[in-house]
Amino acid sequence: MVTAMITRLGRTTLFLLGEMGRMLLFLVATIAWFTRPPLRPLQILKQLHFIGFKSSFVVVLTAAFTGMVLGLQGYYSLRKFGAEAALGSAVALSMIRELGPVLAALMVTARAGSAMTAEIGIMRITEQIDALDTMAINPLQYLISPKLVAGLIGVPLLVAIFDVVGIYGGYLVGVELLGVNAGSYWSSIESAVEWKDVYGGILKSISFGLIVSWVCCYKGYYTRMSAEGLGTATTEAVVLTSVLILVWDYFLTSVLL
Amino acid sequence: MIKLVGVEKTLGGQPVLCGVDLEIPQGKLTTIIGRSGEGKSVLLKHMIGLFKPDRGEVWVDGTEISRLKGTALNDARKRFAMLFQGAALFDSLTVFDNVAFPLREKLGLPESDVARRVGEKLDQVGLTGMGHKFPAELSGGMKKRAGLARALVMEPEILLIDEPTTGLDPLMAKTIHDLIVAMHKTFGFTAVMVSHEIPEIFAISDWVAMLKEGKIAAMAPSKEFQQTTDPAILEFISVGGTVALAHAVREG
Repeated sequence: MVTAMITRLGRTTLFLLGEMGRMLLFLVATIAWFTRPPLRPLQILKQLHFIGFKSSFVVVLTAAFTGMVLGLQGYYSLRKFGAEAALGSAVALSMIRELGPVLAALMVTARAGSAMTAEIGIMRITEQIDALDTMAINPLQYLISPKLVAGLIGVPLLVAIFDVVGIYGGYLVGVELLGVNAGSYWSSIESAVEWKDVYGGILKSISFGLIVSWVCCYKGYYTRMSAEGLGTATTEAVVLTSVLILVWDYFLTSVLL
Repeated sequence: MIKLVGVEKTLGGQPVLCGVDLEIPQGKLTTIIGRSGEGKSVLLKHMIGLFKPDRGEVWVDGTEISRLKGTALNDARKRFAMLFQGAALFDSLTVFDNVAFPLREKLGLPESDVARRVGEKLDQVGLTGMGHKFPAELSGGMKKRAGLARALVMEPEILLIDEPTTGLDPLMAKTIHDLIVAMHKTFGFTAVMVSHEIPEIFAISDWVAMLKEGKIAAMAPSKEFQQTTDPAILEFISVGGTVALAHAVREG
């Protein structure tokens, strides 16, 4: 009984370590292939359009309602201390430091990440990736590296949009609906938000962009050769990416603060 | 010449290839036959480095392709082309763009040259005027022909063909076989084909090899192969022939 449990634990640990090693090698190989010519800027733009532009609607929608609910909750909490004037800084700091990067990355994972896994997985199952190999075109270079770069550029841009829209969402509820003074709202943001908050948010969003593209591409690239395998890969990609984003967010926050 | 020496491969804990020794004659069409699940496609993929052997060596004209990696492997693959079982066309590209893909990616030709060479290949495989269609709009036979056009557009020295007639009706299967033979005669490449189409393959192949229990059980010129006295091989090819005959009778 105990031996079986230890064996199972050991096997799982070894599998997880192996998986982590494979993921790391996949990332290193992709970066190595990206640095070799040709650079394929058109492929990067195409992926940027898919990951960035096509995710903008859902990101704006999420940002607006997140900002609005922050405005609402923040107003009633701050009113207890007579500090409604600090609503702008509360909304802005929450958005820039935490909610913007995390929620935007989670939305990109759900919309674009899952699609990336499914697309690459289908290409694997239907031997399209093998076909690239046989044409002496490295799939990591042609298929994966443009998605990785697009994630690194696209997610920070979406986070910037998320932050701005979220702050305006808070303004709409706090100032227009609940009567906080507009000048107080903006001036509290100006005095509270520092460069290191913005810098931290940018750093987070870049690393989240890398996590989304990396994990989702990896799961699609090594999908099992069946429809069920592809379904599992897509689910695993979304779950693992989301968990990694939240865990990495904690570590990064603890370092940045 | 492609040469496999003692190639062994285990997949998912199951031994698939158990010491394959095989020499593919240059400029000839060699067909590998064997029961389903014997590892014929795995064997084919070893020749182009899509699989690495657990043990053994794969040589292509003095280069051990099974040891190559990265850019060196890519360079070695430039001599090859492969027609996959499901054609493996890129479903986001039209037939024209699929065939043009290796020309644009590898040669960087001007678009006028690309259009000319793609047009020629589509004409040769009987897909004139079909360039604008997407793979999802094509029948199985048309996909195979488009795949063949893409494989041949770079004028390879070696063509690997994985079950080119699977899922096709006998008439379309014959069309694809005739096309492969015609292309082989025209361009003179070395061809290695995996197929179940017995007895048709005896008429179109120069050499036939049989994979059995992870090893090459027999390899001989096509005519000699049919006169084998090995009971297991005889059973396999005569059952194949009987099934084909029954199909032919049914088709009238």
